[in-house]
Amino acid sequence: MNISRDEIIHISKLARLNLTGEEIEKYTKDLEDIIGFANTINGVDTENIDESITATEQSNVFRKDEVKEFDDKEALLSNAPSMEGRNVPPSKCFIIGR
Amino acid sequence: MSREDYEVVMGLEIHAELSTKTKIFCSCPTDFGGEPNTHCCPVCMAMPGALPVLNEKVVEYAVKAGLAMNCEIAENCKNDRKNYFYPDLPKSYQISQFDKPLCNHGYVEIDTKDGKKKIRILRIHIEEDAGKLNHDEYGRGSFVDLNRAGVPLIEIVSEPDIRGPEEADAYFKKIKSILEYIEVSDCKMQEGSLRADVNVSVRKKGDPKLGTRTEMKNMNSFRAIQNAVNYEAQRQIEVIESGGKVEQETLRWDELQGKTFSMRDKEDAQDYRYFPEPDLGMIHISKEYIENVKKTLPELPESRKKRYIEEYKLPEYDANILTSSKYFSNLFEGAVEKCGSAKAVSNWIMSDITGYLNENEIEPEKIPFTAENLAELITLIDKGTISSSIAKKVLPEMFEGEEKSPREIIEKNGWVQISDEGAIKEVVAKVLEANPQSIIDYKAGKDRALGFLVGQAMKETKGKANPGMLNKMFLEELNK
Ligand SMILES: [Zn+2]
Repeated sequence: MNISRDEIIHISKLARLNLTGEEIEKYTKDLEDIIGFANTINGVDTENIDESITATEQSNVFRKDEVKEFDDKEALLSNAPSMEGRNVPPSKCFIIGR
Repeated sequence: MSREDYEVVMGLEIHAELSTKTKIFCSCPTDFGGEPNTHCCPVCMAMPGALPVLNEKVVEYAVKAGLAMNCEIAENCKNDRKNYFYPDLPKSYQISQFDKPLCNHGYVEIDTKDGKKKIRILRIHIEEDAGKLNHDEYGRGSFVDLNRAGVPLIEIVSEPDIRGPEEADAYFKKIKSILEYIEVSDCKMQEGSLRADVNVSVRKKGDPKLGTRTEMKNMNSFRAIQNAVNYEAQRQIEVIESGGKVEQETLRWDELQGKTFSMRDKEDAQDYRYFPEPDLGMIHISKEYIENVKKTLPELPESRKKRYIEEYKLPEYDANILTSSKYFSNLFEGAVEKCGSAKAVSNWIMSDITGYLNENEIEPEKIPFTAENLAELITLIDKGTISSSIAKKVLPEMFEGEEKSPREIIEKNGWVQISDEGAIKEVVAKVLEANPQSIIDYKAGKDRALGFLVGQAMKETKGKANPGMLNKMFLEELNK
């Protein structure tokens, strides 16, 4: 399986990773190995076997449309980067830097 | 070459928020408003280990929309992850549907100047909405509110069958009207619960090949779409005419400046690396399920329109306007049922009510009185309790006042029409006595004099005298 340098650069951009030239070389090789290994599955004879699309065998797992409020709302915001509001009283928005 | 030598080709991707009580994958409420980050839980805030569970109403509503838009409902479908990084998307992926959407290959019909036209629908899929970012004007960062994150959406994707801004407008309005009729979305455009991504390309007339398209995202007013498409089509034509090439890109429409702007990060914009959502199973839709949903579908605008023309003998134009909105249509049918006069109800909706709505820029869903109120108004005119000129004064009261019953409004304001013979006779005598010259004029053959006298009598009674009776009695007196 051939993975190009450009492909690694493109994927790293999508993942918001800044790779050094050395890392690009290393990951090109690593990903080639990984994909190559995963490709062994293509050797399996799938004649007469139904396509499976999801990892779970379960289907139609639904929830009723009934409101249940989550009660520990403070905890949800406890790891927000900053809660310094622009409003008085402070708004419950959290802030992310730019 | 000019604009006339080109054809504008468009496709719309319409996002509609579903009016379920809870979000698509968790039990948080979907209510609009609310303090920031209070309609949230570990699932919609993407806490590690939290697992989504699909809301059954989302499937039902999406199937309902699919059936109303003549789609095939997929026997099997699934959810997929659409990966991208943006701070309003806490998981860094949106759960959507990629290659197996819930509904495929439908169509809706629109009216164009050349008659009816089918706009094909490629697909309808279910997905979750993102949160809201408010950018700080002092540059301190962005305020994140995740109350909308996880609110269910359907995305309705049209084929590139739309030609020009008028058709786009008709199509968007038709989709909105259908969603309102089947009651799966509030379609409140100001709150963003209905919005469209608009694809535009141009080609020389007769050219079978589609031109390169640009996309404008999140348009949420009919006017903005019209303006944006007009501008963007003209821009593309100018690029081609000056020997350039239209670039495929995402644009931002600025309504204030009336211009489109490039959004720059186009190079990897389209690479979402979709893959099947491992936390959710397949969705199987049985024939029986589809039949059951079908039974819940109300009568749709096309069928109502046909019925209005055949049953009530209304002109097609009137039937079109009355069915353009669920609110008009329900008001019409409710009032006709009560007062029995389809033509009168139709006239009131088409002229005075529509006039009032337009003048005050009010949407039909904001009409504050009921079909019974409107029927009562019409019955009062029919019975001669009020004249139609008084009725025209009652309507604004019904819009603006606390009291919605026309009978109460008339009584409170003392607007009951005078139909008492004795009272009318008295007014006639008084007016004749005050205007001897008019009597001479009438006898000399000047018919206009009669109109003047009736007018005087109306003035005397502040418009409350029964005009038919006035006319008759003046004639009797004058011809004595
Ligand atoms: Zn939640």
